[in-house]
Amino acid sequence: MPSPRYWREIPSRYRLEAAACRGCKRVIYPKRQVCPQCGGVEFEATRLAHRGRVVTSTVVHVAPTDLQMEAPYAMAVVETEEGVRLMVQVADCDPSEVLPGMEVTLEFRLIRKEDHGGILCYGHKAVPVE
Amino acid sequence: MAGIVGYGAFIPRNRVTAEEIAKQWGKDPAAIRRGLLLEEKSVPGLDEDTITISVAAGRAALERAGVDPQRVGALYIGSESHPYAVKPSGTVVAEALGIGPEVHIADFEFACKAGTEAMFVAFGLVESGRVEYAMGIGADTSQGAPNDALEYSASAGGAAFLFGRQHVLADVVETYSYTSDTPDFWRREGEFYPRHGGRFTGEPAYFRHVTAATRAILDKTGLEPAAFRYAVFHMPNGKFPLAVGKQLGFTREQLEVGWIVPTMGNTYSGSSPTGLAAILDEAEADDLILITSFGSGAGSDSFVLRATDLLADRRTRAPTVRSMLEGRRRYLTYGEYAKYREKIILNA
Repeated sequence: MPSPRYWREIPSRYRLEAAACRGCKRVIYPKRQVCPQCGGVEFEATRLAHRGRVVTSTVVHVAPTDLQMEAPYAMAVVETEEGVRLMVQVADCDPSEVLPGMEVTLEFRLIRKEDHGGILCYGHKAVPVE
Repeated sequence: MAGIVGYGAFIPRNRVTAEEIAKQWGKDPAAIRRGLLLEEKSVPGLDEDTITISVAAGRAALERAGVDPQRVGALYIGSESHPYAVKPSGTVVAEALGIGPEVHIADFEFACKAGTEAMFVAFGLVESGRVEYAMGIGADTSQGAPNDALEYSASAGGAAFLFGRQHVLADVVETYSYTSDTPDFWRREGEFYPRHGGRFTGEPAYFRHVTAATRAILDKTGLEPAAFRYAVFHMPNGKFPLAVGKQLGFTREQLEVGWIVPTMGNTYSGSSPTGLAAILDEAEADDLILITSFGSGAGSDSFVLRATDLLADRRTRAPTVRSMLEGRRRYLTYGEYAKYREKIILNA
């Protein structure tokens, strides 16, 4: 990911900034210009809670080059308390134990290193609740 | 009076035991455990560094304080493992915490003392009235060369402290710093691992600075060691803080709560600050607390704190240090540890 795009996405990646539609109250992440549910164009800024539940998951054994050292690892669709779904890596656990319904918290982690000597890209990963 | 209005800590969940490291190098595990008083240490995951540890600790500090991050006017991070050689850790941490852009930020470095250095400056700015709130963080993913004594202790973790004047959890009663040029431990530009002067790191470095700073702050405040409920000294291994505490007249009971090194390891800039966080997890109103850090090169910062009656309620808003030390952990083999610490060289 080139640095300018990473920089533009900092609010949603670092702070989980989302938008709540004033019309239908649906929370949208990342923010959009038009609500996909009611077509509304007025939003209130909000931040996602750092808790959620795994909806579905898979284990990646053949990883892209940047993540080869981390394989095997779990990727999951996590639904937050606001009903938002996001795709995240699940860290600090045996990937085979990541199953639908698992409660997770979202922790700030290093997502990837932009090639050798490039920038470090941060965001959120899921971690099973203690 | 200005003081700590919020605090938080973070310790990664991976562990490697002293026994596992000793076996790798043909050393006697019992001798290591007995000599250094170390059982195991935390190890950062491939996705954890000083920045991620600082964000986790900083979030907990803001939770406990209940303060709008926009009111934080300064953020300082002390570490000797900032992920970038050029580009501040503090900017990433501030953005993640929702602090700024109207904020003063700096990364500090002073070996293992950088954390209390950050706290010292943050407190000074609040006390002077220059900013309303300031955060000082000490965090590290410490480096120790393979088959070096440091490999048994160098670990990962850190603590964040938010200073302010209202709704204080622990008043800062006094501070004191003692510094001299002492080449006991260093890492030159481009080197992977730090080097140290062996036994020279003891008497002329650690013990001289820690005792000088502690005795001076006791003189300054007119307090005797017996007046304190808790004390924590920098923890390069299990033995040094107990020995220096005894020299200064503190009992094992006063040191026990903050003495977390046997199962956490030495988190360098995060060492004594995380010990302080463990103490704040248990202290009661009016308890006096002493913290003295040590950073090679060399210097010590001392703080005398007094807990307030707000602490008991606020500490429940975030995880305790003990819950992180004793909670879910993953034990690594030496091979996994070497991979996690990126000690294995791969083809590009």
